[in-house]
Amino acid sequence: MSIFDMTIHELHTALKEKQISSVEATAALLERIEAVEPHVGSFITVTPEQALADAKTADHLIAQGQCDLLTGIPLAVKDIFLTEGIRTTCGSRILHNFIPPYSATSWEKLRDRGAVLLGKLNQDEFAMGSSNESSAYGITRNPWDTTCIPGGSSGGSAAAVAARQAIATLGTDTGGSIRQPASHCGCVGLKPTYGRVSRYGVIAYASSLDQVGPLTRDVADCAVMLGALAGHDPKDSTSVDTPVPDYSASLRQGVKGLRIGLPKEYFIDGLDPDVQKAMTAAIDTYRRLGAEFVDISLPHTDYAVATYYLIATAEASSNLARYDGVRFGHRAEADGLLEMYTKSRSEGFGSEVKRRIMLGTYALSSGYYDAYYVKAQKVRTLIMNDFSAAFAHVDVMLTPVAPTPAFKIGEKINDPLQMYLSDIFTIPVNLAGTCAMSIPAGFSASGLPIGLQLIGRPFDEATVLRAGFAFEQATEWHTRKAAI
Amino acid sequence: MEMTVTDVEYVARLARLELSMAEKELFAGQMGAILGYVEKLKELDTDGIVPTSHAVPMENSFREDSAFSSIGQEKALANAPDRAGSFFAVPKVIE
Repeated sequence: MSIFDMTIHELHTALKEKQISSVEATAALLERIEAVEPHVGSFITVTPEQALADAKTADHLIAQGQCDLLTGIPLAVKDIFLTEGIRTTCGSRILHNFIPPYSATSWEKLRDRGAVLLGKLNQDEFAMGSSNESSAYGITRNPWDTTCIPGGSSGGSAAAVAARQAIATLGTDTGGSIRQPASHCGCVGLKPTYGRVSRYGVIAYASSLDQVGPLTRDVADCAVMLGALAGHDPKDSTSVDTPVPDYSASLRQGVKGLRIGLPKEYFIDGLDPDVQKAMTAAIDTYRRLGAEFVDISLPHTDYAVATYYLIATAEASSNLARYDGVRFGHRAEADGLLEMYTKSRSEGFGSEVKRRIMLGTYALSSGYYDAYYVKAQKVRTLIMNDFSAAFAHVDVMLTPVAPTPAFKIGEKINDPLQMYLSDIFTIPVNLAGTCAMSIPAGFSASGLPIGLQLIGRPFDEATVLRAGFAFEQATEWHTRKAAI
Repeated sequence: MEMTVTDVEYVARLARLELSMAEKELFAGQMGAILGYVEKLKELDTDGIVPTSHAVPMENSFREDSAFSSIGQEKALANAPDRAGSFFAVPKVIE
């Protein structure tokens, strides 16, 4: 096995037993990045010097017998995470020159455990997109089929794991931006419960929906990463002060007697036949493992996309007001202050970002606020109620992640509404604020990965991980590798 | 829903965006289609439903009232497109 094919737990064992050093592992990953990056485009910035310096520090720690699970493990993070001293663009031209003066708590937590930073990953501009086509730094391609999109907005984070350019990565999920690309690229991606992981130093898109999470090769790695990331942060007042369980310890408890809900609104006619087939096979697998299935209903599912595109764009229009050319980022030449704001923003933002700022501004504008924004907030309550009512009868829910496997590059770029509808099964989870994970569950006839979504109760990531682990032990989908 | 170029210009002004004529026409069509789609929320009776602004119900979040150091002026100004001493410099506001 090549070093770059390893999981966190495999590489950890090799480092601990001194079969390889972190410098060797990091060099192998950097070489791999150089080799496949022209075909994939996962990165916006590769940081080889930083990576090798981090690796040396890690090797020093390991020599002293301090080998934490993440010590010396080469990782990469979406370019939405502030990294002190390392350019952070969020996929936007408006931040082409931005060098953050501090780091995101989530990245600091990984670094404190000895992780190595390989670089900053490509993404849709300001995390707005489902295909990674809205990045100002070029598109990312799906490692399984480079004519297809990798998903988005954490497309670089998923593609880098699938192309073995990083052992694991960090992404963010506002409406499916971790789970959908994980599904399309055949890796594991977890969106934790809102408040589980600090958002400090993560560039804001829609603050009531954004959440940080890991993308990994298997569920065991996902448990390790979540354990490192989770917990209260005094710098993020919305992070919740609730105990963080030992996620790795409960993985092997199995699913015997676990009640799995099948929301009927997620098994619709428009579902791709290959996706349907993968779901049916997954249900059979769980049945064999002793899980019980319960038919449930989330009656307001059909309203989730409309609700999301009002709430998310409203919050985005407010959050993105800070990009005005005054304190950081792109500043246009102008004679007056108002002209400077307008020109800097118009030159700096791409088309999708402008469209969402416009929609959000409209939804919040005088005369429309109640009809659009408040209405959407009320429907959000109904959607949350759907989930809490259903979770009275089930422990976890099983659904598809996306209605189809990865679509072709360019296929939906000119039809934003069709693009938005590709997030139909992931968006409700963000609105409800709960947790969900995508795990590999099969392949389409044309060889594209298909993901399975496990949705858990708020703050019950442990059950989601346990259910995912049981499935992974019974199948071999996660062991397949993109032939890139 | 119908969205005119004039509507788009009005919203763009609020959002401090300057759009080309081609962009205005494109956005008028696309925003019209998206706003038409979200009209479906009107099918739902939401009288008496409390709006949700946040997934986790939370009261004010307080910290200890103790001093701690911040990043400091030089770091805070390091990304300034233009500065004058310890200030961010901008084009003239008042004649």
